[in-house]
Amino acid sequence: MTQLPASTERALGLAIDLDTCVGCHACVIACKEWNTANYGAPLSDQDAYGSNPVGTFLNRVHTFEYLPDDPQTLSNGDQSAFQVTHFPKSCLHCQDAPCVTVCPTGASYKRSEDGIVLVNEEACIGCGLCAWACPYGARELDAEAGVMKKCTLCVDRIYNDNLPEIDREPACVRTCPAGARHFGDFADPESKVSQLVRERGSITLMPEMETRPVNAYLPPRPKTQACGETSSNQVAAKAPEQPNPQGFLAWLDGALAKLEAGASGSSK
Amino acid sequence: MHPAPSLILFTSLSGLGFGLFAYLGLLGGGLTGWPAFFEYALAYGFSSAGLLSSLFHLGNPQRAWRALSQWRSSWLSREGVLALATLLVFAPQAISQIWGPGDLLLLGEIGALLALVTIGATAMIYAQLKTVPRWHHPAVPVLFYLYALSGGALLFGQAIAAALFLVLLGLVQTSYWIIGARRFAESGSSMHSATGLGRTGSLRLLERPHTGASYLTKEMMFQVARRRAVALRRLFWAFGIAMPLVIVVQNLGGTMNWIVALVALACHYVGVIASRWLFYAQAEHVVSLYYGNEVSA
Repeated sequence: MTQLPASTERALGLAIDLDTCVGCHACVIACKEWNTANYGAPLSDQDAYGSNPVGTFLNRVHTFEYLPDDPQTLSNGDQSAFQVTHFPKSCLHCQDAPCVTVCPTGASYKRSEDGIVLVNEEACIGCGLCAWACPYGARELDAEAGVMKKCTLCVDRIYNDNLPEIDREPACVRTCPAGARHFGDFADPESKVSQLVRERGSITLMPEMETRPVNAYLPPRPKTQACGETSSNQVAAKAPEQPNPQGFLAWLDGALAKLEAGASGSSK
Repeated sequence: MHPAPSLILFTSLSGLGFGLFAYLGLLGGGLTGWPAFFEYALAYGFSSAGLLSSLFHLGNPQRAWRALSQWRSSWLSREGVLALATLLVFAPQAISQIWGPGDLLLLGEIGALLALVTIGATAMIYAQLKTVPRWHHPAVPVLFYLYALSGGALLFGQAIAAALFLVLLGLVQTSYWIIGARRFAESGSSMHSATGLGRTGSLRLLERPHTGASYLTKEMMFQVARRRAVALRRLFWAFGIAMPLVIVVQNLGGTMNWIVALVALACHYVGVIASRWLFYAQAEHVVSLYYGNEVSA
């Protein structure tokens, strides 16, 4: 059924901390590994060991560089204050998911119990329209299976009684060495992810698309000092002072100084 | 977008077929025998060829029947249902006109209405997509109608209608190219809205998520044909509009000879392919913003 549920009992999703992510791509690999062996068709690769490898991934990490929008760096206008943020991107399990309503077969659906957006691969004809309707590039058509692949929020881990309880969270969250990914229920105001969003705020990706994403992106924290100041000024201040030269070195230093003054004088 | 031949053929051929069905249903009730046979053969031929070529775009075409189920929410599903309904409704009408007593009461009118709604549904598959600002515009359904009604008129030998719709098509298509070039910039989507990061204008992509290609870069960030836009527009004007228009205007007085009409149609179709290629190739998807493609208007 490709009509969206009016509301969902729970709103499971990820809170991704852009301040903490170090851009190691471990979540990308953990996701590929789990989802190749489990739910649905494997995530295939083409020409994997050749010169033009291409493959299906459900999670990808972009890296951006920018001038932060906080008053401190705005006022000093220092161009060296550029900041780098790693930006993991996977399905946001939107409340108004356009990928669901465009599906002609009913293969794409949003679960009313927990809000997870899934593809029933038995019913998917591989027309690709849902990938076109998604603004975030969260869906990729698998070239081998001819069906649409997307993040399942590891639906086969989070409810899996065969796994130890500590592993019952999405593979990307479980593997993240920086603790930048958090899994939980956004419909529960007391959940860890809801509290994180209350404390830190969150960035809505492409609000003009009116998709109402469930996943939250916790913004990078403002830096206490601009990057430029930290790197150049502090290092210079800590450098040991040059002792005044003695003897022959003092004469050489003086001679060189005169030469320098003379050279700059004549060039003027 | 990657201009897939299956989709270019699907939209252009089914446009011709359902355009002709509209004329047949509204004005073709008087046809009988061989003339009726030829017209219905063309209408069924073009529309079925279009629908069949759309199957080649699918990853799993054997399940295509499932696409008829979600007409409540999906334009693609509606398009399939309406197309098949049109073909079914016209079947008894065609048989009756060719071999039987002739025009059946209201069936032609109902069929024509279905054919017209089908053309609109095909256009809405594209016009509904907010993620492609160039497509997300009322001019897109208008254009799909003008293409179908121009081609249909040529196939039906309606010189006056053909002349009128060809002129309108030329004007609207050219205006749409001008409007379309600004759509992405006007959409409000930018790298800044996509990421929420940084001071506007200072944001750039430092590293892509992958060094090679992906489904997304191949399908949604197609670059090749955009450079040839000027040449393709000239092809559209010369073949799609000017040549058929000259032929049609010379035949405004009487009925068009079928060979002449066929030549006009062949020219027109070359132009249609050129402009449809551009329609796909120039479509820029907002996901390209995550790949550092700042608004290119």
